[in-house]
Amino acid sequence: MNLFKRPAIAPLEYTRRLWMRAWIAATLFFLYAPLLVLVAFSFNDSKRNIVWRGFTFKYYGKVIENDGLMAALGNSLTIAALATVISIVLGTLAAVMLWRFRFPFKAAVEGTMALPIVVPEICMGVAMLVFFAKLDWPTDLPWPLNLSAITIAHITFCFPFVAMVVRARLAGFNKEQEEAAKDLGATEWQAFRDVLLPHMKPGIIAGALLAFTLSLDDFVITFFTSGPNTITFPVKVYSMVRFSVTPEVNAASAILIFLTILLTTVALKLQDFTKATA
Amino acid sequence: MTEKQPVISIRNVTKRFGHMVAVDNVSLDIREGEFFVLLGPSGCGKTTLLRMIAGFELPSEGQILIGGQDMAGVPPNQRPINMVFQSYAVFPHMSVADNVAYGLKIAGVAKPEIRTRVDEALELVSLGGLGQRMPDQLSGGQRQRVALARGLVMRPKVLLLDEPLSALDAKLRAQMQFELAELQDNVGITFVTVTHDQDEALSMACRIAVMNKGDVAQLADPADLYEHPANRFVADFVGSVNIFEGKLTVDEPEQAVVDCPELGRVYLNHGVTGAHETTVWVAIRPEKITMLPAGKAKAKDSPDGHNVAHGQIKGMSYLGDITIYDVKLESGRSIRVSRPNLSRWDQEDFSWDDKVSLQWHPTSPVVLLS
Repeated sequence: MNLFKRPAIAPLEYTRRLWMRAWIAATLFFLYAPLLVLVAFSFNDSKRNIVWRGFTFKYYGKVIENDGLMAALGNSLTIAALATVISIVLGTLAAVMLWRFRFPFKAAVEGTMALPIVVPEICMGVAMLVFFAKLDWPTDLPWPLNLSAITIAHITFCFPFVAMVVRARLAGFNKEQEEAAKDLGATEWQAFRDVLLPHMKPGIIAGALLAFTLSLDDFVITFFTSGPNTITFPVKVYSMVRFSVTPEVNAASAILIFLTILLTTVALKLQDFTKATA
Repeated sequence: MTEKQPVISIRNVTKRFGHMVAVDNVSLDIREGEFFVLLGPSGCGKTTLLRMIAGFELPSEGQILIGGQDMAGVPPNQRPINMVFQSYAVFPHMSVADNVAYGLKIAGVAKPEIRTRVDEALELVSLGGLGQRMPDQLSGGQRQRVALARGLVMRPKVLLLDEPLSALDAKLRAQMQFELAELQDNVGITFVTVTHDQDEALSMACRIAVMNKGDVAQLADPADLYEHPANRFVADFVGSVNIFEGKLTVDEPEQAVVDCPELGRVYLNHGVTGAHETTVWVAIRPEKITMLPAGKAKAKDSPDGHNVAHGQIKGMSYLGDITIYDVKLESGRSIRVSRPNLSRWDQEDFSWDDKVSLQWHPTSPVVLLS
């Protein structure tokens, strides 16, 4: 009777080996357990939020009623949206420039562009603080202009990511396609719009996602560039945590996680959609 | 044919990339309605020449005229020609029909006309009904047809094709050679093709320009190129050939003899252009040599001791329709001989190490001066 005997583990069937399974389980646990706990305790009916005292939605209500927090969320989303759009344009153009042209000091330009990615955030934050202070950047502008300093700071570290992703995508572009378009009568701009841009689209979408999430959850650089009227969501959550970790903080974080997942899903679906119809 | 005015005139065109000369003072005319092939090994400048006609490269010197009009300063998108790229360059995000319609859309052709012309073009390349497919749903051969239709739909003066068949497998390539030639005949558009494949060139072309190191080595029709190569490069590049160095010992109007140390005395029943006692080269195609069992050779139409050689079979490769033999001559040189496998039971049945005699007709060898 072979009924209970499974075939021997083949050499490449790592997923059936115990050590591999243990490793995967540990990885998943450390990745997702904190998030699950965070979301679960946002429904905890307890002010101290240390032991489970029953299920409630009331802290979500509190979050929505918390004007300061909602204003911060509004600021964050506005900054992220603006920074993403401008980063896409700048990053895409930078990628095309680096891909297409040869010019003196190209390597240096490429290197300095990647600098915001490698420089420690704390240094960037201090640098931005000093920069805007030296410029005497106005802080008392009406909304949303008062967000300009933070937005500019975010663009500086977001657009290199867009440029890198789009550049990588461009490396696989067959230049003959662009030549074919021109051969068929297209001008430089028409060839860019009809051939190069569609090719870059997945890279641009991926870069936009990266830029948006980077901007949305940035704390360090924002902390140094925000003023009393320009609190962003992460900075606000940090200030709330300094008093106590209430389920309200959990609820706010859960909302942010939900938003991020939603946006990512939409973006990926969009990408699939364009692939299917393109 | 010869009376027609050239649709493309290339005049003293040179192209340099830095210190490298890719195309070296080339002049040639391409006639209206012909299937013209630029043939040569990789790096001979043939693709550069094609790209200069298309306008993607600018000549360092010289002039290119299309339809009598100087193309200097005319960008690729305004030239009355279209190109089929080596990679086909089919736009992956557009359907087959949209790919073919692209040029017409840019040109601002009315929508109903675009539709009929696209359908026509797709029908022409036997892709009728596949207009809504995406390029990744097509085979390599079909993608190439899309690229062809995309160019033909523009009704250009000239269609340029860059290595059009190199990405196809052997069977399909042979089939497409015929189809391309037939298509060209049907539409009457001048085709200029670049290839490194001599079979492809011979089977499709009206005229072939063989290029070597940026220079045109010979411009002739396929049969001329094969039977009357102008120099060793062409003889060797087009088809397979045995070349022997020798001295011209008899040089008369009606006959000539070349004494080749490695082959023997070669007799020709016609005069040659070389000067007496100069070094020349004799080229003989493998299929123009007759192989017989040792001692049985007796060259007809040639004086005794001429046009005969003896050796031993050192290698054989059976290719189905023919068998190629590698015969080691008494001088130590190898010579290539091919024999058609006319019967399924070959009576003579040559084999390894057999001693054989070779003979050839006085019209078979070609004397080359360079």
